[in-house]
Amino acid sequence: MHFDELIGHLGQHTVDGLSKGAIYALIALGYTLVYGVLRLINFAHSEVFMVGTFSVLILWTQLGVKNNPPVGQAILFLVLGLIVAAVASGGTALALERIAYRPLRRKNAPPLIFLITAIGLSLVFVELFGQVLPKLLGGVLPEAFGRPRQIVGMPTIIQQETLFTIGNTAITNIQLIVFVAAVAMMAVLDWFINRTRYGRGVRAVAQNPETAALMGVNQERVIMLIFVLGGIMAGAAALLWSMRFGFTQNSIGFVLGLKAFTAAVLGGIGNLRGALLGGLFLGIVEVYGATLFASNWEDVIAFVVLIVVLMFRPTGLLGESLGRARA
Amino acid sequence: MIDKIRTADRRRVGMLTSVGDRWRALTKWQQALGLAAFVAILYYLPLLGIPGLTWLRTDSIEGGNNWAGVLFVCAIYVLVAIGLNVVVGLAGLLDLGYIGFFAIGAYSVALFGSVNSPVVKWIQQEFNLPPTWAVTWAICLFIAIVLTMISGVLLGWPTLRLRGDYLAIVTLGFGEIIRIVARNATGLTNGPVGISAIPGPEGAPSPDNKVFGLIDAKPWYWLAITFVLIMVFLVRRLEHSRVGRAWLAVREDEDAAAVMGVYPFKFKLWAFAIGAALGGLSGFLFGSRNAFIDPTQFNANLSILFVAMVVVGGSGNMIGVSLGAVLLAYLPERFRDFADYRWLVFGLAMVLVMILRPQGLVPSRRRARELKDRAAEAEEAPAHV
Repeated sequence: MHFDELIGHLGQHTVDGLSKGAIYALIALGYTLVYGVLRLINFAHSEVFMVGTFSVLILWTQLGVKNNPPVGQAILFLVLGLIVAAVASGGTALALERIAYRPLRRKNAPPLIFLITAIGLSLVFVELFGQVLPKLLGGVLPEAFGRPRQIVGMPTIIQQETLFTIGNTAITNIQLIVFVAAVAMMAVLDWFINRTRYGRGVRAVAQNPETAALMGVNQERVIMLIFVLGGIMAGAAALLWSMRFGFTQNSIGFVLGLKAFTAAVLGGIGNLRGALLGGLFLGIVEVYGATLFASNWEDVIAFVVLIVVLMFRPTGLLGESLGRARA
Repeated sequence: MIDKIRTADRRRVGMLTSVGDRWRALTKWQQALGLAAFVAILYYLPLLGIPGLTWLRTDSIEGGNNWAGVLFVCAIYVLVAIGLNVVVGLAGLLDLGYIGFFAIGAYSVALFGSVNSPVVKWIQQEFNLPPTWAVTWAICLFIAIVLTMISGVLLGWPTLRLRGDYLAIVTLGFGEIIRIVARNATGLTNGPVGISAIPGPEGAPSPDNKVFGLIDAKPWYWLAITFVLIMVFLVRRLEHSRVGRAWLAVREDEDAAAVMGVYPFKFKLWAFAIGAALGGLSGFLFGSRNAFIDPTQFNANLSILFVAMVVVGGSGNMIGVSLGAVLLAYLPERFRDFADYRWLVFGLAMVLVMILRPQGLVPSRRRARELKDRAAEAEEAPAHV
């Protein structure tokens, strides 16, 4: 137990945790949106994120991005990366919905069957990017698929440097970008769901699908919309991840997805603001826990937190309705 | 085209169920004779030598054939499938952390039975025992079952009150916790180094062991299949008892069951504990056959493989899940040249089975009827999501 370390650098650990939790929160939105409307855990959402990181990787390597480009170029690469990742992730999420979930929904299959299908899909994607694509495209895109199942590095777009310090807390440029970008994306999504016509449709279907259909809401379109929105958020998370950590792997989705889901449950699944709160909370708890014990216990801490929260507050911190989210 | 596949599939399901009907129409002694012949074949299997079927390329024996070894793996997977079937198929609880129980079973024989384990060393020091002392195999079996049952209850107690899909994720987390603890708690489990010299029925592995050696897997298979047969018998009795009916009632409608005086939580906890004990037994056999375990042998992918066995085979039906287990254990060994793609194939198989035949390859009749009802409801009310 390293209480002195934790107390002495409390601010630093909080900042680290917030920037980590921001990425969890972005991925958690995908789980929350789909769960809020369909009452379905889209287990394959972690792979939507993984596809996003690979699309960023392919884009950057194909553009021939070198480490530490000048600022103007760096911004261009980031914006391009955001567009490509959002398209790739959103497209993957949409494809999952059309190919796998829709036939099951038609048959009114029990939730267990959805979940198992999603697990199967997740395996397929992990293997596709770990085995099949490296064999097929290894010659064409050696930087992305050169070594099957291995960690692939990406060029550094922004050199990490300390922007300013408050007390003994140093805040780096990357941490600030990740946090601000994630919160901005979430604010836009929140505005979209709560203020626009489409968002009203989403909330209506989440509250009562049958009544919504009677009121002229096209359910199928709403369902497609939420999958695409979740995918775009995962794409944004993928870009931020690529910028911050600079690597990807076919299997990064698993643990990250599990944690993002934990974050969604923590905040109250189906509740958008809950996802933000849950993600940031989980990030902070993880960093504090890793400091107190040791960093290899980080994952255990996340899961124990999940179990404890579910025991005492099964509907999460903010409660779990997408339709009636007030917070 | 998909409709064509579905009609053909419905016919095949009909054929399968009619086989079951014909079996039930036989007289008692005919059934007994049939069962005896089947059991005899099971015990004879490792001596079989059909080229193409039993000639397997495995990495455990140099360039050679390890048919009996593969049969052993099939047998312990069948044990896992039977145990998981109690949880998933009968009680309807999706447990994605079953590998955790398997690992606890394997680690209990390792921790208490091996002279190299920190636990045994600590006991030796505390009680001034000789350095060759360790808990005997038979007592380890007992410890393994008790420990896994306790861990099943400990996991189930806080989590079984949750909704089904939350449970899936929490159990997935549990499997990971067990693996990470096994890796990190070096003082207890030797961490990534693993534990060697895990005993078998004849004690610690040594060249003097006459029956249960490291090379010949046949005795191990016979041991495992004996456990399988005993467990199949016991679980079958349980399935047709009051407890089994309570599980089905809880699976189909928890609230209705509660109204009828079946306390869901209690029976769910029972299903969890019994399922866990079977997983622990399987892990126990795995550990003592391997004589060496380390945390990397228990990763989350195996949990998903276990669920795939149950679901692809036909959840709720013991014959189905056993078939699923044998298929998923045998095929990767048979087609080792394509082993790189096996997870891809598992994933595709899971998706295809779920879309085309959600009740599994050899469906349980009750489950098939349930799914049909739901599909009919969906056709009546197409607006329902």
